[in-house]
Amino acid sequence: MIQLDSTTHRHLHVHGTSPVHSVAAEAKLAGLFLFVIAVAVTPRTWVPVFVVDAVLVAATVRCARLRPGLMMRRLAAVTPFVAFAIALPFLGDGATTDLGPLTLSIDGVWATWNILAKATLGATASIIVTATTPIPDLLGGLSRLRAPATIIGIIGFMFRYLDLIVEELGRMRRSMVSRGYDPRWLWQARPIASSAGTLFVRTYERGERVHDAMAARGYTGTMPELGSPRAERADWLVALAPACIAIVALAVVGLR
Amino acid sequence: MSASTDVSVNGLSFAYPGANRLVLDGLDLQVDAGERVAILGPNGSGKTTLALHLNGLLAPHAGSVRIGGQVIGSDTVSEIRRNVGLVFQRPDDQLFMQSVREDVAFGPANLGLSPDQIEQRVTRALDAVSATDLADATPHHLSGGEKRRAAIATVLSMDPQVLVFDEPTSGLDPLGRHELAALLTALPQTQIIVTHDLPFALATCDRSVVLDEGRVTVDMRTRDLLDDPELLAQHRLALPFGYGRAALD
Repeated sequence: MIQLDSTTHRHLHVHGTSPVHSVAAEAKLAGLFLFVIAVAVTPRTWVPVFVVDAVLVAATVRCARLRPGLMMRRLAAVTPFVAFAIALPFLGDGATTDLGPLTLSIDGVWATWNILAKATLGATASIIVTATTPIPDLLGGLSRLRAPATIIGIIGFMFRYLDLIVEELGRMRRSMVSRGYDPRWLWQARPIASSAGTLFVRTYERGERVHDAMAARGYTGTMPELGSPRAERADWLVALAPACIAIVALAVVGLR
Repeated sequence: MSASTDVSVNGLSFAYPGANRLVLDGLDLQVDAGERVAILGPNGSGKTTLALHLNGLLAPHAGSVRIGGQVIGSDTVSEIRRNVGLVFQRPDDQLFMQSVREDVAFGPANLGLSPDQIEQRVTRALDAVSATDLADATPHHLSGGEKRRAAIATVLSMDPQVLVFDEPTSGLDPLGRHELAALLTALPQTQIIVTHDLPFALATCDRSVVLDEGRVTVDMRTRDLLDDPELLAQHRLALPFGYGRAALD
């Protein structure tokens, strides 16, 4: 269970005081970005590099004191990609190998490994960053990394209003169920489609009202910077270390 | 700069794009500095539309709105928005940042104040609505009354001279309404309070005006208005079921 604290942001952030939690957001984001790139460009047959990457990720999880159960549940987000990748050994052509009764394409097996390893490493690294950084700090970090203000604004509003929209959807669903709606078949899906439309219109109207409220307080198109802790040299050193080790591992195996 | 200023609306007319009907039709209203006036009226009488004009969010088709003698126009609107704090009907529309503190700081930050000044304004505004302990809370997790107080703090931090409230008691429980009335009567600003809630109008405003068909049709003491059930009924207004005005004293 994610720790709930009524005064903090519960979506992704897991409250804690670990060394990973205390690193400034922009340093963590930069470290994450570099690490993911290092993983993504690693050729799929360089297994030792993936092992190093996996050790780095596991060590960071441990250092951040994130529970394995939580990590596994959040990792479930990559399942759709994994499901697709599982089929590849049966679809690929070229040389094959026999595994019991199955005939697998060697190329396909490597493709599956490639997707599995990179998706899992990248997703785990992202989960560490989002679980150890409150959303407002992440937004502040993105802004100090010069991410486009519009994108940051959209992410911020999404998190602010996600709960409200989910509640709105819940209310609509309850009102349908309370009037005897119990969808079982595809042809009963019409009310769901129309409630999605209604939800869109309501959300859009809310957007207009929020914009009015912003304009009423002097908003002219740029969100003001409302400081979160800035990255010091130590933050950068700590946050970039895993990515640097991954790149060194890549170089060592590559040069051998 | 004084704490309050006067509001003067002259011959204000407005229709929403695509609609033929005038929502406001030659509306006149004078409010003195420091006065609290309740704007009453049935649904669709133009109350919210009037509130949006007072802050320059809508531009009049005819007539004018003056705040402290200054006509609202495209050249004055940014200064007007500093002077007129608009508290919206739904606090969730007004609290859009990730924490109450950031939300209260949003207005002063837009004014280009220094971080120290912003911090001061935030502290003062939260203190004024007794919400200092809510500073780091996520708006979504607050109760209705807490959200309302936080929303008021977000405009108080702009140091406005005029406060405009749109249905401030909607979604509040009875005790929340009492607390809100106590808060509003303690604030020094000129206040224009749009509401359906007649007991609340009586508790906060000596004077009430009734909007109907886009203009002011009644302008009198709140107490006298509430004593006149026929006049109230003419404008689709009514005291809570089973109560006469005497019960509110």
